[in-house]
Amino acid sequence: MDLAGLLAYGLFFLNLVGIYAIMALGLNMQWGMTGQFNIGIAGFFAVGAYTSAILTTGPSPTWLGGFDLPFLLGLAATVLVCLPIAWLVGRITARLRTDYLAIATIGIAEIIRLFFLNEGWLTNGVRGIPGIEKPLGTGNGGYLLIVTAFVALIWLLVEMARRSPWGRVLRAIRDNEPATAAAGKDIARFRLQAFVVGSCIMALAGGLYAHFVGFVSPEAFRPLYGTFLVWVMLIAGGSGNNLGAILGALVVWLIWSSTEMLAGVLPTDLIGSESAFRVFLIGVLLQIILVSRPQGMLPERRPPMPGEPR
Amino acid sequence: MVEVIQLLINGILLGSILALGAVGATMIFGVLRFAHFAHGDFMAVGAYFALSVVTVFNLPVLAALPVAMAATAGLAVAIDQLVYRRIRRVQPVILLISSFATALVLRSLIQMIWGSSNQVYQTGIQLPWRIGPFTLKPDHLLIFLAATGLVITVHLFLTRTRLGKAMRAMSDNMNLALITGIPADRVIMATWAIGGALAAAAGVFLGMDTRLHPVMGWTLLLPIFAATILGGIGRPYGAIFGGLVIGCAMELSTLIIPGSYKPAVAFAIMVATLVFRPQGIIKGTV
Repeated sequence: MDLAGLLAYGLFFLNLVGIYAIMALGLNMQWGMTGQFNIGIAGFFAVGAYTSAILTTGPSPTWLGGFDLPFLLGLAATVLVCLPIAWLVGRITARLRTDYLAIATIGIAEIIRLFFLNEGWLTNGVRGIPGIEKPLGTGNGGYLLIVTAFVALIWLLVEMARRSPWGRVLRAIRDNEPATAAAGKDIARFRLQAFVVGSCIMALAGGLYAHFVGFVSPEAFRPLYGTFLVWVMLIAGGSGNNLGAILGALVVWLIWSSTEMLAGVLPTDLIGSESAFRVFLIGVLLQIILVSRPQGMLPERRPPMPGEPR
Repeated sequence: MVEVIQLLINGILLGSILALGAVGATMIFGVLRFAHFAHGDFMAVGAYFALSVVTVFNLPVLAALPVAMAATAGLAVAIDQLVYRRIRRVQPVILLISSFATALVLRSLIQMIWGSSNQVYQTGIQLPWRIGPFTLKPDHLLIFLAATGLVITVHLFLTRTRLGKAMRAMSDNMNLALITGIPADRVIMATWAIGGALAAAAGVFLGMDTRLHPVMGWTLLLPIFAATILGGIGRPYGAIFGGLVIGCAMELSTLIIPGSYKPAVAFAIMVATLVFRPQGIIKGTV
């Protein structure tokens, strides 16, 4: 690969890292800080991607399009559309125990995917929506600046939330729910808030993804890409730590991309299907992390006790 | 009316497949206290084990069934020893994430070994029986009888053997069971073996009824969990009941909404259960 090719690949790579980092930050709000086990990330990701795709593309006879809105309005709409959906989902599930929440969220994600797959009038069904353009005619390089800006912005907001009294309550709920309730905090309300905020961050990542790839179809929102990789990223990076979430996105996407090369080198007879082999490797990697270093690369830092120097 | 009864027949068939999966899932949930997300993929692995036996030894599917069940039981115990056992003491939720990873590993292994296209046990069309206005395939009767037989076997195991009673005791009250000296490790291994074997049977039946595909189990995971929750977690009999209810509801729903939304029906019932009666129809143990 020559230098220009390498550079182009690097830009492509970093854009996706940024989009995944935003999702990992959203998940960190839910799982890392509040202890909510959401494995329906792909659903909110899809809501964001489709919202932005439908609102910013030109008219089409086969799906509901033609709004031609500018990029930023499309992104704002992803949050606005996700808000009521996440609120409804959170409202139903906020009181549920962890394992019930897991089952419920993965169900919601699958139903959202089924909806996008079956309601062709809205989404063009299995054929997907093509022709979603990057803003201002930017290439991958220019778009990387936009994505990086969003990563920085979201990181700042999430980190501020984590250090705020609000974030402290979330972590208190995660660590000791009865004690937090005894301290007079409305646990269901805080959970609902964290769930909605985290889900909207995921939807925003979906919007950025749609413009980056230029094409959305239900296939992209299978639990593997939308949900599983994000989980591996957060766990590997260190759940509860926002920088860890970003680092995890970088490292895991690097590993994920290099498995592609590894799968390309190995003979096909040996590994059967290339994509299956990559999933296999990443699944084994997660098992190894869980068994050997469940706290991740950058473990969550305990906040200082009162009077203790920072 | 004819249509409704025909759908009910299909529903009972689907329900008995779901029940087999749900009995295993509910026992694992009861004894180990976590939702096992790889359960659907155990089903798929079992179905593909049977496919290998069928193609290599040229045997009928029902002869391959015990082999597939034994192999999947062994696999379940092996995965538990290799992975789950090491993280059991940390936090149940870590087990949950781990089972999610197991699910993907198993599914991709299936794709790597057997390929990702649709496969069937037998080619050719089976002539359905026509009984009045209803149709029934011979395979369907076979599946129903075999599933009933397995459920009765599990019932006898749980009520008549020491290990089965120990399993119910652990599911009912873990601490009390441990104090009375129940060998927890053996019970856990037995739970995995039975859960794996039943999942394999469900997978083989599903493969007989439709076709084999790497995601065949994953798509049924949600209905299985719905059956588990509806029947009360840790209650094998509740799971059977839940499976039949969910199966019939999924089939009957095609009268009103498009068939492609069938999984959503199972999900809606599950959410309704969680909201209005979170302990399940029969009170669960967890």
